[in-house]
Amino acid sequence: MNAFVQATIEFLKLYWAPLLCGVAVVAILPLIAGYIVLVERKLMADMQARLGPMRVGPHGLLQPIADAVKLLIKEDIIPDNADKMVFWLAPVLSVGAALLSLAGLAIGPAFQIAQDINIGILFVVGISALGIFGIVLGGWASNSHYSLMGALRSSAQLVSYETAAGMALVSALLFTGTLNIKSIVEVQSKEGIWFAMLAPVAFFTYLVASIAETNRAPFDLPEAESELVAGYMTEFSGFRWSLYFLAEYTNMIVVASVATTLFLGGWLRPFASVRWLNFLDFVPTLMIVAVAAYCVVRTPKQPTRVQQMFMLAVAGLCFVVGLALLAPVVLPIAKPFYAGIHGGFWFIFKVSLYIYFFMWLRFTIPRYRFDQLMRLGWHFLIPLSIINVLLIGIALIAGSYFNLHGWGLLLVTTPAAIITLVAALMILAAEKQRDAGHDPNAASDFYAG
Amino acid sequence: MLDKVLFYFFAAIAVGSAALMVTRRNVVHGAIFLITALLATAGIFLQLRAEFLFIVQIILYVGGIMVLFVFVIMLVNLDVALQQIQFARQKWVALLVALALAGQVGLMFWSSGKMAGQGLPVLTAAAASTLPPNSEEVAKSLFSSYLLPFEIASVLLLVAMIGAVVMAKKRT
Repeated sequence: MNAFVQATIEFLKLYWAPLLCGVAVVAILPLIAGYIVLVERKLMADMQARLGPMRVGPHGLLQPIADAVKLLIKEDIIPDNADKMVFWLAPVLSVGAALLSLAGLAIGPAFQIAQDINIGILFVVGISALGIFGIVLGGWASNSHYSLMGALRSSAQLVSYETAAGMALVSALLFTGTLNIKSIVEVQSKEGIWFAMLAPVAFFTYLVASIAETNRAPFDLPEAESELVAGYMTEFSGFRWSLYFLAEYTNMIVVASVATTLFLGGWLRPFASVRWLNFLDFVPTLMIVAVAAYCVVRTPKQPTRVQQMFMLAVAGLCFVVGLALLAPVVLPIAKPFYAGIHGGFWFIFKVSLYIYFFMWLRFTIPRYRFDQLMRLGWHFLIPLSIINVLLIGIALIAGSYFNLHGWGLLLVTTPAAIITLVAALMILAAEKQRDAGHDPNAASDFYAG
Repeated sequence: MLDKVLFYFFAAIAVGSAALMVTRRNVVHGAIFLITALLATAGIFLQLRAEFLFIVQIILYVGGIMVLFVFVIMLVNLDVALQQIQFARQKWVALLVALALAGQVGLMFWSSGKMAGQGLPVLTAAAASTLPPNSEEVAKSLFSSYLLPFEIASVLLLVAMIGAVVMAKKRT
């Protein structure tokens, strides 16, 4: 036993800081996920000309906390014939995998829980893919047809789209030559160009595949309420259900972060290497102060005194954050914190934009049918991404032959992207021709409800 | 010290869950224990500072093959399967094979004791910072010294893939 204690002390001595950060992230993340849900509801309301949650706190700002309390005190039901152990384990698996994969992400150059792991991006992608077991086992353990159907759909969908997403990652990694997350962003900073511009087709493929992997609309067939009640989470209630929810939103953050790191320049400011655009450093402060000003303007319209105070408190908080973002730009003493603070801001900003795009799609595009989803994955995205990897490889060889760097690389990657697009159009035309023979609606649908 | 504790921790989980995997009657429970065993093996790889093998084990075996396993298990009618005989009855063949394997392993241990410095290599642990980056080293050796086996394996996989497509295609 003594040896074990000794080993524990040794471990804690080495890793107390990452452990502390990990605990902090796990503690804060449910709150962030809750607020993402609030933003989603507000956005949905806005797009449907409604107000959305307005009752709890000003503009519904405390709604996530009320929701969390409601979920915690709800009755926890386990179906009679369910496999109790697996039923208990499944949501934990889902949420555990999602939270673990966050450890590899670098939010700005200063903040990364698992510092500089060599396999960086593979770690994040591989661990987050384990969350599928939570969904599949949960669907199986509930002993219900709807749940099982959702689980089956989910695993088929993940296996299909994982390939396309992996190929898209490969095309971006061809530019970096490393898997380390920090080095990936440093390469983009050195080249002065984001990989989304060099490999637009790969970015598009990853975007589509990441929506399918996180089970978001229009690809949310595992939980399609019009066909399967709630898919794999039909039998889950209360806290277990909220764990699934947390896993889904954490996965959204993870795929958005991976896309930001690989394609959107990570924590870099737009045009970070262009000297005369340095005034862009004031943009973060301006944005945050604008939010604060809006809160102040809206304060007199709040019905009760408590809500007015709350609104002013939010404005004050935003103001403090704005000052913190301004300090490294103007004060010479705070200069060392510039990279950390502004890097964090830009990273979170890009991740938010990506998630916003997810929500926007959800309220715009109707849900796919399952055979359409499978066809899109196998007949279109996978061939497209394979062709793209091949052409980007050729473009890079040409680039090194002509000794091209940074924006110059566009000279060889743009033709590659154009040829890929032509190939994509040809694939679509061939599909159409094949479908002309028979009715596409009579397609086989094994997993349709 | 930490290394030793980690090794025995992961090894115990791997062996224990492997034993549970073959003794469970429920196929899904068996699959869960197989996943646990594979994850514990990945942990041992990580403890040996082979981080690339660790993540490949997780992505390929756990995230890829096991998902397909579970998928197939769910398509099979478990109630019917439970009524059928679940274990192969070739006891004597199994015993023979197991004995042969045990003899092989024992011979290896015995001979390594005889020939000092030639048998089981006992390496002293190097500090993680002095080791070359793992994934780069794997890539280098794969595409230089082991290029031919790598290509052969790729062609084999391609043939298997095409074969699967041909067999799955509807005969019209």
